[in-house]
Amino acid sequence: MRGPLAAGIGFKPQHIDDALRCTSPGLWFEVHPENYFGGGPLPAMLDALAERHPVSLHGVSLSLASAAPPDANHLRRLRRLVDRVNPVLVSEHLAWSSWGGAYLPDLLPFPRTHEALAHVVENVQRSQDVLGRALSLENPSHYLPVDGHDWSETDFLAELVRRTGCGLLLDINNVYVSAHNLAVDARAYLAAFPLRAVTEIHLAGHAVDDGLEGGLLVDSHDSPVAEPVWELYRHALALAGACPTLIERDGHVPAFDELHAECRRAATLLGERRMAA
Amino acid sequence: MNGFAAFQRDFAAALFADMPSFAPASHPAFAVYRNTVMRACLDALEANFPAVACLVGRDWFRSAAAIHVASSPPRDARLAMYGESFADFLAGFEPAGSLPYLADVARLDRLYVECLHAEDVPTLGADRLAALGPGALARTCLRPHPATRWFSSAMPSRTIWEASRRGEAVHADLSWQPEQALVLRTPHGVHVQPAGPLEIDLLEACAAGATLGEATLAAATTYPDARIDLTLSGLLRSGAFATP
Repeated sequence: MRGPLAAGIGFKPQHIDDALRCTSPGLWFEVHPENYFGGGPLPAMLDALAERHPVSLHGVSLSLASAAPPDANHLRRLRRLVDRVNPVLVSEHLAWSSWGGAYLPDLLPFPRTHEALAHVVENVQRSQDVLGRALSLENPSHYLPVDGHDWSETDFLAELVRRTGCGLLLDINNVYVSAHNLAVDARAYLAAFPLRAVTEIHLAGHAVDDGLEGGLLVDSHDSPVAEPVWELYRHALALAGACPTLIERDGHVPAFDELHAECRRAATLLGERRMAA
Repeated sequence: MNGFAAFQRDFAAALFADMPSFAPASHPAFAVYRNTVMRACLDALEANFPAVACLVGRDWFRSAAAIHVASSPPRDARLAMYGESFADFLAGFEPAGSLPYLADVARLDRLYVECLHAEDVPTLGADRLAALGPGALARTCLRPHPATRWFSSAMPSRTIWEASRRGEAVHADLSWQPEQALVLRTPHGVHVQPAGPLEIDLLEACAAGATLGEATLAAATTYPDARIDLTLSGLLRSGAFATP
C-alpha cells in the first residue's frame, strides 16, 4: 500500500539506480510518455520504476489546443502505456505542437477564442475517452502577447474543466515566467486560477534571455527552481492547499541527490501546509 | 479554413521561414519559439546520429542538420525516432561529397535507433526448430525479429561507424572493402556485429516470406562452399528471429 503523493522528481534514465533505492515518503516520479512508446530497455526500466514508486505520465506532444484532432496512433500508444504502468496521474498541456503532419517540438500559443475552446474541449474529450480516465492540463509559458483572445487563460481553463471534467496541472514556474514576460501580476493570476481542479503542481528553473528589453524569461528547465518561484509556490499552497508537487529538470541534469534536495524542500513545504490545514 | 487553423498554419510556417504578414512573428520574442523548435530537432538528430556527428564535428553537423530540419521537420512526436530520411539527405548533400561513406554511417546510426525502439517480441530459439522434422523445417517461414536490422555497404562503413561511436579516429590500416553488419537487440540494448553477405541474404529471403527450404536453396546456389546450417544457427543464437 502506497501513502499519499508528496513531492516527486522528473525521471531521467541515468538516475534509475538512485531512484530505485530512494525511500523518501510520498516520493513519486514523472516521465514523458513519448520516450517509452516503443519496446526495448527503456520501457523495461519504466516498468521497474513503476514497480517501486508511483509514476505519473506527463505528455508533451498530444497537441490538444489545436484545430486538428489528436493523432489516433499517439493516443493508442499512450493508452497502451497507461495500461502498462498504471500511472497515478496523466497530464498534458494547454498548447499545440503539431500541424499539417509536422511535429513542432515546443508548446505553442494560440488565441483563446470561443472557436478554440470548442476544439480544445473536443480534443480533451476524445483523449479522455480513449484513455479511459481524466487528463490534467498544464498552464503554458508565454513569451509574447497574442491578439484576439475571447477568454482569459484562467477562465478558459475553468470552462474547460467544467465542460470536460479534466483536472489541471498548475506550473508555478510557467505562471512566474508568463507574468514577467506579459507584464501581468502572478498573484492575481493565481487568485483567478480554478485551484479546486488542480491535481498536480510543477516547479522548474528558468533562464534569462538578455537579448530582449526587460530580459525575457525562458522556461528552460535547465537550472534549480528560482527563489521567487519557491515564494510563489508557498503562496499557491496557502491558496490551494497541499498538492502533489514535481521538480522538473530537463537540461544540465545534475546528480540525483541535487534534484532530491529540491524535492525534499518541496516536501517540507507540503508537510507544513498539511499541518496548517 | 477557420481562424484557429489559419493561425496555426501561419505560426508553423513562420517557425522555419520569414512570414512578415504574420504579426506574432515580428515580435522579438518569437525567436524563442524558433530557437526551441530548431534546438529540439537538432538535439534529436545529434543524439540519433552520434557516429555522423563524431565524423564531421558538432558545428558542421548542426548546420547541415538545420537545413534538413527546415525541409523535413519531424513527422512523429517520438523525437528519439527522428531522422528517418537524414541518411538520404546526407547522400545528396553536396558539401558532404568528400566523405562518400557518410550516408552509410548515417544509415547504420539509423538502424541502431530502429533496433533500440522496436516492439518487444519473444525471440525464436533453435530448440523450437529442432523439434520439427526435416519436411516441416523446410516449409517453415522464419520471421526476422522486429528489432533485427541488417546492413550492407560498398565501403568499410561498419568499421568507420564503430570507431566513430566510440569517439575514436579510424585506424590507418583500414582495409577498403565492402562490409556488412547485423544490428540486434539484447536485453541491455543494441549489439552491432560484423556479418557476411550470406547472413544478409538469408535474412532478406526470410523477410520476403521465403520458406527455410527456399532461402537455404538460394543461399546454397550463391555460396556453394558455405556452411549454411552453421550460419543459420548463429543467427538463431543471436536472437535474430521472432517466434511465429
